[in-house]
Amino acid sequence: MANGGTGSKVVKWVDSRLPIFSFVDHALREYPTPKNLSYWWNFGSLAGVVLVVMIVTGIVLAMHYTPHTTMAFDSVERIMRDVNYGWLIRYIHMNGASMFFIVVYIHIFRGMYYGSYKNPRELLWWLGVIIYLLMMATAFMGYVLPWGQMSFWGATVITKLFSAIPWVGEAITQWLWGGFSVSNPTLNRFFSLHYLLPFAIVGVVVFHLWALHTTKSNNPLGIDPRGPQDTIPFHPYYTVKDNFGLGVFFIIWAAFVFFAPDFFGEPDNYIPANPLQTPPHIVPEWYFLPFYAILRAIPSKLFGVIGLIGSVGILFFVPWLDTSRIRSTSYRPIYKWFFWLFVVNCLVLGYLGAQAPEGWYLFFGRVCTIYYFGFFLVIMPLLGFIERPKKLPGSITQSVLGPGSHPAEAPPPVAREPVREGAV
Amino acid sequence: MANSTTAPHGGGETRRDFLLLATTVAAGFGVAAVAWPFIDQMNPAADTLALGSIKVDISKIEVGQRITVKWRGAPVFIDHRTPEQIKAAEGAKLGDLKDPVADKDRVQKPEWLVMVGVCTHLGCIPKGQKSGDRKGEFGGWFCPCHGSHYDTSGRIRKGPAPNNLPVPPYKFLSDTQIQIG
Amino acid sequence: MMSTLRTVTAFLIALSIPSLALAEEAGNGHGPVIEAQEWSFAPPFGHYDKAQLQRGYRVYKEICANCHSMRLLSYRNLGEPGGPGFSPEAVETLAAQAQITDGPNDKGEMFQRPGRPSDRFRSPYPNDQAARVANNGALPPDLSVMAKAREGGPDYIYALLTGYEQPPADMEMSKGMQYNTAFPGHQIAMPNPLVDGVIPYTDGTKPTVDNYAKDVSAFLMWAAEPKLEERYKVGARIMIFLLVFAVIMYLSKRAVWARLHRRDHAHEA
Repeated sequence: MANGGTGSKVVKWVDSRLPIFSFVDHALREYPTPKNLSYWWNFGSLAGVVLVVMIVTGIVLAMHYTPHTTMAFDSVERIMRDVNYGWLIRYIHMNGASMFFIVVYIHIFRGMYYGSYKNPRELLWWLGVIIYLLMMATAFMGYVLPWGQMSFWGATVITKLFSAIPWVGEAITQWLWGGFSVSNPTLNRFFSLHYLLPFAIVGVVVFHLWALHTTKSNNPLGIDPRGPQDTIPFHPYYTVKDNFGLGVFFIIWAAFVFFAPDFFGEPDNYIPANPLQTPPHIVPEWYFLPFYAILRAIPSKLFGVIGLIGSVGILFFVPWLDTSRIRSTSYRPIYKWFFWLFVVNCLVLGYLGAQAPEGWYLFFGRVCTIYYFGFFLVIMPLLGFIERPKKLPGSITQSVLGPGSHPAEAPPPVAREPVREGAV
Repeated sequence: MANSTTAPHGGGETRRDFLLLATTVAAGFGVAAVAWPFIDQMNPAADTLALGSIKVDISKIEVGQRITVKWRGAPVFIDHRTPEQIKAAEGAKLGDLKDPVADKDRVQKPEWLVMVGVCTHLGCIPKGQKSGDRKGEFGGWFCPCHGSHYDTSGRIRKGPAPNNLPVPPYKFLSDTQIQIG
Repeated sequence: MMSTLRTVTAFLIALSIPSLALAEEAGNGHGPVIEAQEWSFAPPFGHYDKAQLQRGYRVYKEICANCHSMRLLSYRNLGEPGGPGFSPEAVETLAAQAQITDGPNDKGEMFQRPGRPSDRFRSPYPNDQAARVANNGALPPDLSVMAKAREGGPDYIYALLTGYEQPPADMEMSKGMQYNTAFPGHQIAMPNPLVDGVIPYTDGTKPTVDNYAKDVSAFLMWAAEPKLEERYKVGARIMIFLLVFAVIMYLSKRAVWARLHRRDHAHEA
């Protein structure tokens, strides 16, 4: 678009010294993307946009926020009341955190459904899990900053988990706190780290995109492109599709910001933190609820913590736990049921995480925890061996053009496919 | 652009171009609209603006007495001038002044001098407000940092400062109350 | 198609979970009784009723402010747009009615002076400890964000203020506590603050407990969310823009992809 007239002279001058323009051009125009990507493939770019918005709004909020226990709550209210458009920037940031997790969870489930973690994309998947972990740390610390009752007590509950570690647990917990409880040193350091981690996320995202450009995108069929007839340039096809997805996404985000800004929150966090009064129900933010349910389902404190860490850590092993040669669940009729059951299981765990861990809630929490781990440790490995998948289409183009065309031959199984030539 | 073996329809091209234009315009408008709050949030907030003007009760300031009040983070000198001081201020020749301004252009009522007490050289606060202070050679204020002398109208007479002590916007709400800012 | 259906179903289940959670809270008979009220400021097109906010401020100032601070509000807020809309003179007068602690003066002493619009609302007690001493050990909470700090918001506040009743026969009340239908646990330390006629309204509104409760609940909502009207206004404009933008983007997407679909299907047959 910028090529032509004086614009291109400037572009050439810069590009011959630092090839940023040709880099972007290559990455966008020449990146061969499968032509059959569905809207489930929009969520990666959505996550990237949310990250940028969170950083911009966060930096602006940091201009007005004071990370001291006596002033934090008031400084947030000052942003809401006195800072020009402070209410808007705060609500965008607050709801953006929830939007970020919604988008990333869909993005992860997409990756699981279509086998985007399988050879050669294992590292891509790992980088994604690292991003997810960094997001969780960032969000956890960010929620402490307003210094409401949930900020304080949520921080207390989670940091106290570290004391479950044998021998060094207490020392580690005090080291984290900078004191004998969640207190001003804790708040101050959480602010510093909350500001830092998003930039670490940016770094890992760069690697994530680099890995993606190395292996190229997966697609709903889970079979590799066989040639240029199966792919299209990312720009303009997927740029325009991503923009459309972004428009829809912004509508949803704006609906929350402007008309239900406290929907994802807890009223208790509008009560200033009081170390001498515990709220009746301590709940983390909704995106942590499934893990909270798993933590409380396991009776022992230490094993609960191990279960909590394991429930996220197990994601690292998925590329090897799943033994199936078929990438896309669309062609795995038995696994498909287990997968959707897993999705529902996660939603139920989320619900249970907000309830008191007693009676039927605790019972189902345990059932769902067993299924959670069972899905990864039993179903994924077993089904790869015993399941008979559906017949894969011959090629992407064939699938796109419809059943009239004949499959040339069955595509070779996943594991033997060589890594695609050509880095970025 | 992607190769197309079919000839593009004239209508299709125009439609695409229009949509491209519409998108760019809409997006540009959107970006500008979104950018404004992020720029405006750095402007002084409502609580800062609320403190942007202050009311001062001047009824208790005696003739010859000077008080200092804080306004927008800086000291403001309020001087209840004596007749001698007024006479000296009015009598000064404009040609002698580095920053020539007549006294009557610096006060609303001759017995009340209101100025921002920050030296126009490099920003120190001149001495002269308290009764024991040095007032410099012209009976007004003396800046100890680099030796600027101000007269009884707050004008620079000697020393490195380039300008007179600035007069802030103020008004008399009554005989006993002024509002600064 | 089937997978889309499955996805949509899962999504709908996900959406219904919060409402299930809420139903759980309110459904069982031991929970507080909070009915939804009609409020002029309900989303998405609501706005505050200035006259109601002014009456509500009166109720706050004459009744509630005796024990409850509202330290995040300043007198100037009473005149800012989107709120009770008092005139600048009225704001000065209201501020000056309060004696604000200032200082230290040149002698090193704290002193009292009439309030200015830039001052925060005067708190009834100098600190929490003094507040407890004056209220049998209970701390009357600050009301600045109360409408957002309780489940049910203004509905809850209204229910609480109109929820004072005789305790049921089988209930044992702790010393000094009152029975309230809306308060969690049904025992509240605050005595019933409102009674018919305690504040003479001058605009024709009936001076009943019901109206006092309504008006002060609306006032507390404004105190918690003074930017509500601006939020709805900006929101409406942004939603319209985004809808137009999304439509343009969709049409662009279709136009760009049409080329591809044409090319692909040109190879057929």
